[in-house]
Amino acid sequence: MSKIVITKNLWLEQVLKLKNFTSNFGPQHPAAHGVLRLILELDGEIVRSSDPHIGLLHRGTEKLIEYKTYLQALPYFDRLDYVSMMAQEHGYSLAVEYLLGCVDFVPLRARYIRVLFLEITRLLNHLLAITTHALDVGALTPFLWAFEEREKLMEFYERVSGARMHAAYIRPGGVSEDLPIGLLNDIYLFIKNFSYRLNEIEELLSVNRIWKYRLVDIGIVTLKDAFNYGFSGVMLRGSGFEWDLRKNVSYEIYDKLDFDIPVGLKGDCYDRFLIRIEEMRQSIKIIYQCLNNIQCGSYKLFDFKYILNSRKYIKFDMKSLIHHFKYYSEGFIVIDGMVYSAVEAPKGEFGVFLVSDNTNMPYRCHIKAPGFLHLQGLNFMSMNYLLADVVTIIGTQDIVFGEVDR
Amino acid sequence: MLLKSRLNIYYKLLKKWVIKIIYYQNNEFYIYIDFMNIKECTELLKNSLFFNINSLVDMACIDWLVRIPNRFSIYYNFYSYVYNYRLFIIIDIPLYLNYFYGVGIESICSVFPAAIWLEREIWDMFGVYFYNHFDLRRILTDYGFVGFPFRKDFPLVGFKELRYDDTYKIIVYENIKLMQDYRVFDFINPWEKD
Repeated sequence: MSKIVITKNLWLEQVLKLKNFTSNFGPQHPAAHGVLRLILELDGEIVRSSDPHIGLLHRGTEKLIEYKTYLQALPYFDRLDYVSMMAQEHGYSLAVEYLLGCVDFVPLRARYIRVLFLEITRLLNHLLAITTHALDVGALTPFLWAFEEREKLMEFYERVSGARMHAAYIRPGGVSEDLPIGLLNDIYLFIKNFSYRLNEIEELLSVNRIWKYRLVDIGIVTLKDAFNYGFSGVMLRGSGFEWDLRKNVSYEIYDKLDFDIPVGLKGDCYDRFLIRIEEMRQSIKIIYQCLNNIQCGSYKLFDFKYILNSRKYIKFDMKSLIHHFKYYSEGFIVIDGMVYSAVEAPKGEFGVFLVSDNTNMPYRCHIKAPGFLHLQGLNFMSMNYLLADVVTIIGTQDIVFGEVDR
Repeated sequence: MLLKSRLNIYYKLLKKWVIKIIYYQNNEFYIYIDFMNIKECTELLKNSLFFNINSLVDMACIDWLVRIPNRFSIYYNFYSYVYNYRLFIIIDIPLYLNYFYGVGIESICSVFPAAIWLEREIWDMFGVYFYNHFDLRRILTDYGFVGFPFRKDFPLVGFKELRYDDTYKIIVYENIKLMQDYRVFDFINPWEKD
């Protein structure tokens, strides 16, 4: 009787015992854009899987908002994605306006001011996104140039609201103050020169050989993946799907404005870079239209339950004084309801899900941050690319930890 | 399509699972679905040509605290990029599901991978368990965190605070000590209270 003997394949066993190298990336890595801790599984220099650990900047914004009145909750939204402040205030203000049912009564001038500053915000964000991306990849110069421009844009923020970044300017029912005299003129002068600055940045990057080596065919997202992972904004448009909330679900006055949506072809990092550049040019176009078409009139609602009445009346009108006091202490009561309002923030679809329960505070506020879902896709985007490409992919996703961790 | 006829069709197609449809401002309607069938429902939404839902945009949990037995609600926000419409689905979950691991809501992360982190966040913040999930770990809170912070019975200031101990050169967790407790002001006009 012969016995079948299975000999052990020692060589194979040793190969199977080999494990990939696990490495920590962050949380204090300069290319991690804040506090991202990545656990990378490396096979040589090739990334086999990456596991983002987030939450190092978690502040419990949603919980805090449940303990604040509707007006007090507004400034928290500036601090979520701290490079595109007004876009998020706008998302929240729209949500409250939907709940109050006053969204259609916001005056036209307020809408123009909002759109004007939303596009300025888009410029602010994309300037930072592109140039810090370039900085991670190795080009310092555009970063310095863009921050010069950002400084000027933040000056407009300051002139209109008093704060350079956390403006709390767009409020439920309009905007907090009217534009100061001469601001539109200065925005015009800025925008006129800005497209040349944009040309300079593009001259340095778009056809740069090193830049293209690092970006072309890196981090490819197919359209199917983009849908399945809930990508939005530039990440979705880069994959070749023409979709923009400003056009598709028009809010404010975007349906009256003439602008185009740039779309990528391959879905790689280079496409997304080009889209961001082109979006800035479209923003310039929108700002020109706003400057030309902006109307005279009121900049907020006339319902003093929901907005602050003018300080002018407080001095000699008892009723105004009462309204002023009640507005800041009690706030306004919002009837039962649920609402999801989404706006096209520079990073993607920013949504606010509000549940109200007939009191002056939101019962539940959930913030849909685009970066959260984008960062989730980091694993499949960086799979089988080199370690250096992880930096490129984080850069192209335009991650800001204020909104990812909330 | 008119809203009413649209709602009728939704109701007919999802008849097996629909509990109710609630209509709110802003032309939004929320379809309440039996929590046992959420995955089947999601698969139907994704694969049927009528709904043609492409992606899961958002997921959130609401803690109603005093509602018995369905303490939690979870809302799903689906989007069809092809037809350009949004669909909200809400499931109400009984509280007892959360006490026994392995019993809970079926995860939809095999249908939409976007749900992986969204469900992890809900598990982290509310302690709602999802079965058949790829890796249900905590996501936003600290390593080794105890409790579910977004529940309504979790205090705003929390229980633990973290500081660096300079003598022992380590980070220590301590019970939180405040000079003054957090005060919630009830500003609502007593004559307008219901």
